[in-house]
Order: sequence, then structure tokens, then C-alpha cells
Amino acid sequence: MHPAYSVIFFTTATGAGYGLLAALGLIAGFGVAPADFWLGLVGLVLALGLISTGLLSSTGHLGRPERAWRAFSQWRSSWLSREGVAAVATFLPAVLLGLGWVVLGRTDGWVALSGIAVALCAALTVCCTAMIYASLKPIAQWHSPFTLPGYLVYAAASGTTLLAAVLAATGQPAPIANLAALVLTLLAGAWKIATWRHDDRLAMPATINSATGLAGGTVRSIEWPHTEENYLLKEMGYRVARKHRDRLRALVLFAAFALPTLLLLPGLAAEAGIIGAACAVLAALCQFLGLLVERWLFFAEAKHTVTLYYGRA
Amino acid sequence: MTSLPAATEKSLGLVIDLDTCVGCQACVTSCKEWNTGGHMAPLTDTDPYGGTVDGVWFNRVHTYEHTCGGAGRTVHFPRSCLHCAEPACVTVCPTGASYKRASDGIVLVDEDKCIGCKLCSWACPYGAREFDAIVGVMKKCTLCVDRIYNENLREEDRVPACVAACPTGARHFGDLGDPTSPVSRLVEEREGVALMPELGYRPTNRYLPPRARTERAPSIAAAPLEDVAPDGGFLGWVDRVLSR
Repeated sequence: MHPAYSVIFFTTATGAGYGLLAALGLIAGFGVAPADFWLGLVGLVLALGLISTGLLSSTGHLGRPERAWRAFSQWRSSWLSREGVAAVATFLPAVLLGLGWVVLGRTDGWVALSGIAVALCAALTVCCTAMIYASLKPIAQWHSPFTLPGYLVYAAASGTTLLAAVLAATGQPAPIANLAALVLTLLAGAWKIATWRHDDRLAMPATINSATGLAGGTVRSIEWPHTEENYLLKEMGYRVARKHRDRLRALVLFAAFALPTLLLLPGLAAEAGIIGAACAVLAALCQFLGLLVERWLFFAEAKHTVTLYYGRA
Repeated sequence: MTSLPAATEKSLGLVIDLDTCVGCQACVTSCKEWNTGGHMAPLTDTDPYGGTVDGVWFNRVHTYEHTCGGAGRTVHFPRSCLHCAEPACVTVCPTGASYKRASDGIVLVDEDKCIGCKLCSWACPYGAREFDAIVGVMKKCTLCVDRIYNENLREEDRVPACVAACPTGARHFGDLGDPTSPVSRLVEEREGVALMPELGYRPTNRYLPPRARTERAPSIAAAPLEDVAPDGGFLGWVDRVLSR
């Protein structure tokens, strides 16, 4: 599948944003930490900023972005529409949480409830994003039991790493946040490896025989309907990344999971100081870039059944 | 609404005979000609006379070599929208632009509602939908909805443009939901198949597989040709004279 930059940035940025938002919501909801002004301000601005730029970027690949509002209407059948509704709905408790935490300086009562609601809405939105891909039967790598948990765990890992970075940067390093980020990052890395092992054994969900109705024997494409690349081949027949697959996968494992894990280690010490803070911020940046490459591969490695017709599968 | 109708009154569709299709592309060009002025008009092209020509087509003819049981044959394969009973291209649409008509089962796109997110083209396993990069919306086969009910056309012309154009009669149009219709009987007789049935889209269109090959030799053997380099006789004399 063609990896559109706007969609890659959208899914990665909103994943991290919703992860951070959910983490902040849970902190407020369960009274884990006091209502620190800077944590609330920087954390919520960063989370909502990532979500908003991601959502705006997602309109970048639309043919008619001025009609994007129509996408809220078909939530009964469409995961893309549900994602839009859930994304907008999340802003309501998020604004309430911000109002309570940053403006009023409290995280109890209705603010705590808003926090829990934010965490639930954020998780729901990430689920909807994942289901857009997981519901597409022609693409075996996406229509897989690995897709939905994958999106959730990458969002959770990048969100908690961001939380650890925000905590460290606002002068209140919390070893427990580092530990959570570290565990989730390792879990996310393991999930990615398991997903690739699963995907590498996948066959197309159909064969050239069933695609053409020519039963038995071999069917070989000897002539295309057109001499140049068309929309189908540009969008669904993308092959560039497969050439460098192994190197890109190694880069993902290093940048998204291995290096952030190492960078989160200093922050586990109670008195990590400026080095711990710098490492946590670097971990978040590095993981975000790594996940961008991960998302690029998610698209580029996905094979669509239409390539069967072109003898490219 | 992108939710699907529980049932459709008719299931209009095409039956394509892979035995008689000669790959002449008449259906392809006829489709483009009609539809670039029809319901989904225009079917734009980019760089139509250049080296990177691209454009929107609803119907494309592939050519395959099918090798089975030690014998090979060339099969021309027209590929277009199959107007599925379970079209995921419709249910994934976030705006309600894609819909399946309850009256005749035709899958259409309302160009005024389409935001061009391309998700429907990802959801279609058959590659039936093509994005119009110039207009910014998705386009697809309409089963010539503007011909088949068109009272300005003579009755025999009220068929999709591809069907009207086919010189070998390889394309048939009708109600596949009615088991007594000519197309349904044809499918039964020739054991027509649905494409990629394992994906569960329940396409309406059917393809008739090529008929079994006969082992019969040609009934009249061709006479052997004259020897081109004869050693004697009249032609040998002509050959020697002209070779000097």
C-alpha cells in the first residue's frame, strides 16, 4: 500500500497524543500525582497539540478536504467515521480536565471523572483508528489479530514515554513513569517482532485462480490493460520499501524500542537529575521518529489483493 | 446511508464470457466514451498524450496465460465493478457518498458527498474503484445507470455501454437475482463463477470460464507449400536465372 505521509504522521502523532492524554487522565482520575500546574499545562498542550496536528494532517490526503465534516455522519457502518466522532468527543472531557487541572488547580471530583473519561475516549479513538485497517479484508497484514493490540500498545508506549519526558522536563522526575514507559516500550517491541513473524508467513487471502475465475493450473499475467502505472498500482501496488525491508525493520527496532529503553534507564534512579531528564526527552523524540518508520513499513509492506491481477503479488 | 439494504429487489449485473472475449478493448473505450459524459462524468486523464499517461477507467481488460493439464491458452479478462451484495467499499465510506441501491443493487458514488479519502478503493479486493485526482473524488462503474433506464434511447440500447459495444457477445446484462432470467440461466448452463468468493463480498457479476478444449484436429489438412529452393524444374530454372 502507498504510504501517504499525512496518514503516517496522523496515526503516529495521534497515537502518541492519545497515549499521553490517557496517561494524564489516569493520573488525575486515580489521584496518582498532585495537580501540578506545569505537568498539566505542558502535558495537555503537548497531547492535544499532537492530536490536533495529526487530525489536521489526516485531511491532507483527502481529495476534497473542505467536505471533511461529512465524515462524522456514517458512524453506524464506518470505522473511519467512528474514529472522527470519537476524536471530537475526546476533546470534551479533555477540555474539562484541562480546565480543572490547569485553571482551577484541582484533580478531584468532576475533574477526576473527566480524567477517567478522557482515558476511555482516547483508548476508544485509537481502537477506531486500528479498526479502519483491521477491517480491510483484501489486505492480510492489516486484517489480522495483531493490528488492534498493536495500535494500542504503540500508543501506550509512546504516550508514557512522553509522560516521563514531560515529568522530567518540568522538574519532577518520576521513576514510576519511567518504569511504566520502559515496560510498555519493551512490550511494544516484542509485539512488533511477533507481528512481523506472523506477517512473514501470511499468504494472500485469495489466489490468482480465484481472482480470475480460472480454476486449476497456473495463471500468468502476460499483458496489462495499460502501459503506464495507474491509480491502482500507485496506491495499492507500492513496492519501494520491500527492497530495504530488513534494514528498515532493524531501524524500527533500534529507534522505536531499543534506544528508548536504554534512554529510560537513567530515569529509574530517584536522583537522575539533568542527565535523566535529557535522556527521557531524547527517548520520547527517538521513539516518535522510530514509530514513524514503523508506520511507514506498516503501509509499505501491506499487500492488496488487486496486485494479483497485475501478477505482482 | 452506507449501511447496506437487507435485500435488493433486483440484482442487476454482468455476465462475462471468458471463452469468447477476444480482448479487443471495445468495451473499455466504449465505457470511457459513454461515462466521461455520464453519471460520474468526467473521467479525467492526466498527461493523455505524454509519457506518463494516467486516467480514470471503469473497465480494464487484462490478458493471462492459463496453463492447465499441460496445455496453455490465452484468456482475456475484463475487470470492472462486480456490484457485490456485501460491498465493503460502501460500509467503510465515512460520508455516505457510497451506497448500494435497494431497487436494483447497483453500487454508486454520490460525487457531491465524496471527500476523496480513498478508503473504499482499499476495501475493494477487485480494484474496481479509481480515484480521480483532478476532481478529487472516487469514481466507479455505474452499470450505466444513465443508459439502462434511459427512455430517450431505443429499448435495445438500454444496456451498459460495454455490453452494447462487445462485438463477440461476450458480455451479458440482466437480473442475476432472478433465477429465471436469461443471464441466470446462462450462468447455470455454463457454470459461471464469482471472483474471490473466499473474501465474502458476494459479487453479483459472474464470469463464464473458457469451454473445455477439444482434442479434435483441424478437419481439412492444409496442402504443403511449394519448395522455396527447388533443385530442378521450372521454379529451379527461375531461381537460377534470377540469382545471377
